[in-house]
Amino acid sequence: MMVIVVNLVGLLFIALVLWWFLFSKSKAVMAEKETIDVVVENGVYTPSVIKAKQGQTLHLQFLRKDETPCAEIVVFEYFKISQQLPLHQVQEVVLELKESGEFEFTCQMGMYRGKLVVE
Amino acid sequence: MQQTLTLKLVNMRCAGCVKSIETALSAVSGVKQATVNFAQRTAMVTGDVTPQVLIKAVQRAGYDATLMTGPPEEAESNESKEQAAHARSLFQRFWVAGSAGAVLMLLDMMGWLPTLNTRSGQAIFAFIGTITLVLMVYAGGHIYRNAWKACVAHGATMDTLVALGTGAAWAFSFFVILFPQVVPGLAQHVYFEASLIILALVDLGAALEIRARGKTSEAIQRLIGLQAKTARVVRDGKDVDIPIEAVVLGDIVRVRPGEKIAVDGEVIDGGSWVDESMLTGEPMPVEKKVGALVVGSTLNKTGTFLFKAQRIGKDTALAHIINMVQQAQNSKPPIAKLVDNVSAVFVPVVLVASIITAMVWFNVGPVPKIGFMLVTAVTVLVIACPCALGLAAPISVIVGMGKAAESGVLIRDGDALQQASHLSTIVLDKTGTITEGKPAVTGIYPLGNWEEASLLQWAASVEQGAEHPLGEAIVKAAQEKLIDLQPMSEFNATVGKGVQAQINKKTVRLGNQSWLAANEIDVASLKREAQKAARQGQTLIYVAVEDELAGLITVADPIKEDAAAAVARLQALGLNVLMITGDQATTARAVAKQVGIEQVIAGVLPEGKADHVKALQAKQEVVGMVGDGINDAPALTQADVGFAIGSGTDIAMESAGVTLMRSSLHGVADAIVVSQATLRNIKQNLFGAFIYNSLGIPIAAGVLYPFIGLLLNPMIAGAAMALSSLTVVSNANRLRRFTPAKHMQRQEGAA
Repeated sequence: MMVIVVNLVGLLFIALVLWWFLFSKSKAVMAEKETIDVVVENGVYTPSVIKAKQGQTLHLQFLRKDETPCAEIVVFEYFKISQQLPLHQVQEVVLELKESGEFEFTCQMGMYRGKLVVE
Repeated sequence: MQQTLTLKLVNMRCAGCVKSIETALSAVSGVKQATVNFAQRTAMVTGDVTPQVLIKAVQRAGYDATLMTGPPEEAESNESKEQAAHARSLFQRFWVAGSAGAVLMLLDMMGWLPTLNTRSGQAIFAFIGTITLVLMVYAGGHIYRNAWKACVAHGATMDTLVALGTGAAWAFSFFVILFPQVVPGLAQHVYFEASLIILALVDLGAALEIRARGKTSEAIQRLIGLQAKTARVVRDGKDVDIPIEAVVLGDIVRVRPGEKIAVDGEVIDGGSWVDESMLTGEPMPVEKKVGALVVGSTLNKTGTFLFKAQRIGKDTALAHIINMVQQAQNSKPPIAKLVDNVSAVFVPVVLVASIITAMVWFNVGPVPKIGFMLVTAVTVLVIACPCALGLAAPISVIVGMGKAAESGVLIRDGDALQQASHLSTIVLDKTGTITEGKPAVTGIYPLGNWEEASLLQWAASVEQGAEHPLGEAIVKAAQEKLIDLQPMSEFNATVGKGVQAQINKKTVRLGNQSWLAANEIDVASLKREAQKAARQGQTLIYVAVEDELAGLITVADPIKEDAAAAVARLQALGLNVLMITGDQATTARAVAKQVGIEQVIAGVLPEGKADHVKALQAKQEVVGMVGDGINDAPALTQADVGFAIGSGTDIAMESAGVTLMRSSLHGVADAIVVSQATLRNIKQNLFGAFIYNSLGIPIAAGVLYPFIGLLLNPMIAGAAMALSSLTVVSNANRLRRFTPAKHMQRQEGAA
């Protein structure tokens, strides 16, 4: 009995981890305006999912409050942008959204992750 | 009283704010000039005003400001101060948690801790556990906070692993204290010391990493430090020393011997020799006469001169270089993209691995199962280090790009860096690349009734309309001999072949043999002179008047002093070196021979160079093309890596993957050697990080236990993890000591 319970709990945890970290989605913030504030703090970008419209020019105002060196660069692979984020200062990243699709933005190591959804 | 004030602006969020703040400041009475620097978030105000009035004006515009007393680059150093403070606090946490953990470990080893069988023993342990929890929050609060926030946002980071590992160890231990009867006797062990020591080691690793990272950006710090702080500007006939930010376009700046040039501009009076080595890597000072361009941050050596400011602030060459190097440092070579896919799923995969480990120990492990489950699962969480993997490439790129910039080589991005490291063929343009690009007339051979002076006069008269360096050489020779030029009309140039014009109603043609032959003019009568000049690498320009050969003018472009040595270096690197030129074959071969190049492609029109590069690529060669950024742009773009040479401090990076700020060909070899060293470093780092994780995780899971009884202590795993990312950073730092020239000498010595 015990054996079955422990194994089931283990499998449940595995499913939970995979679902939560890899397959479920965070809430998106819709870019109503052209400018969105993105805070880099505690290992995450807030908001981490940004929705925007194709053809729009998006201004992302990054404010890095995170002191860890990992946070110091944000990379938009698709747009070939990598921007240094000074600590406690707003740094703007301007994107011309010519194509639709999902584009990730990450720290250099891909640990901090955010997504830009262009519709 | 007139003064210049610098304000630090707050709440300034977009470039659009620049205008509104400038307008607000300019509207203040007494203000003569107000300029806002968006990048530095500063405003420079000149006029007869007090800072309080200015700050009020900024506040009315919806922003805030404070008076800055130091120079604006303080922002940069403030940030490094903050980083240093962060490192110090991490060291502190390391000491506190580390010593507490060590004391606990010692007590345990000495057997001075009570057993859990008694109420008093349980109480003592509960007390120790509570203290441990407080210390864990102190040493790892930031880690738990980050892990939680990331988790809420569906993210998993390094912190997730550490937080789960140490948290699970503590929670299990406290459970054992509260309910010892539930846990089998053998598993009745507490792991408080492990939690503390793991956190201490993680803090230590992070602190050391911050310090080591600071060193990686040394090159860029040095560039930023090059900037002059003040400028001596002539205003109302008087010399005034003003901060560099207050210099405006058109200001006349005076520079004395030994002084740094403040901004970019054109010399309008006086002259001197200027040391530009800090930007170009060119060791010899450069002469600056009236009309010459001077570059901010370079050092005036001997004379005094006045120059007119033409580029200031973010438009100066130095600012461009800093910007480019920073951009390049942030880019990734393609090899690193492989890692990105791995690190995206790394942490969730480790979490799963840890759960599986626990399940396996539970199902087939020895007694006490629960103890083994916990130890192995925690060790797996703690040993895994995605940071080392993710850091491997970026950190080496930062150091490598900086290293290249130090020797006057600007590499555009990670792609160019990686390509440059495995080139197989280098194609060198002749004029301006192998040669100085400043041709001069070396011989005049008139025929028939023509004399040297008259032949030169007619030729120069035609060429006065040309912008080609060969034409300029002829005009210059005529000017030196004080020959007056004649009016010409109907000028017509056939690119790469020749020019023609009307003088005294006669058609005059200047060009190469094939072009004259196409116009049915025979040049056989000058064969002997032509052959001799061509053998010496001189360019032949035949002159024909009314379809009759009038003579020959030979022009030579001196070969750069170090060209032969640089070509030898390239060949020593195993590269196939070719020369390409529009010149005729004999001349081209003569030049090639002098610098040690065997393969020559001659008689190529400028637009044909790209085709030749393409042809080489079709033979599976990875081609680097070296030329000037303007005429050779199509070929530079076609090549796998384009090297724009000697563009000096005027940066034409559009078509080139690599810009060489000095005119020496050694820059090409330097760029390749630095790229190779950087790529090698990245590979070492990637390999190390991959091996570390793919060996470390299974060992931590206990795969060796059934064979040799080896089970990793979670604390050892913590130390290994902290060491692994530090090793990556330290390995990248080794690149800082790499010097391209020394590396070559070593290689030659070995050969």
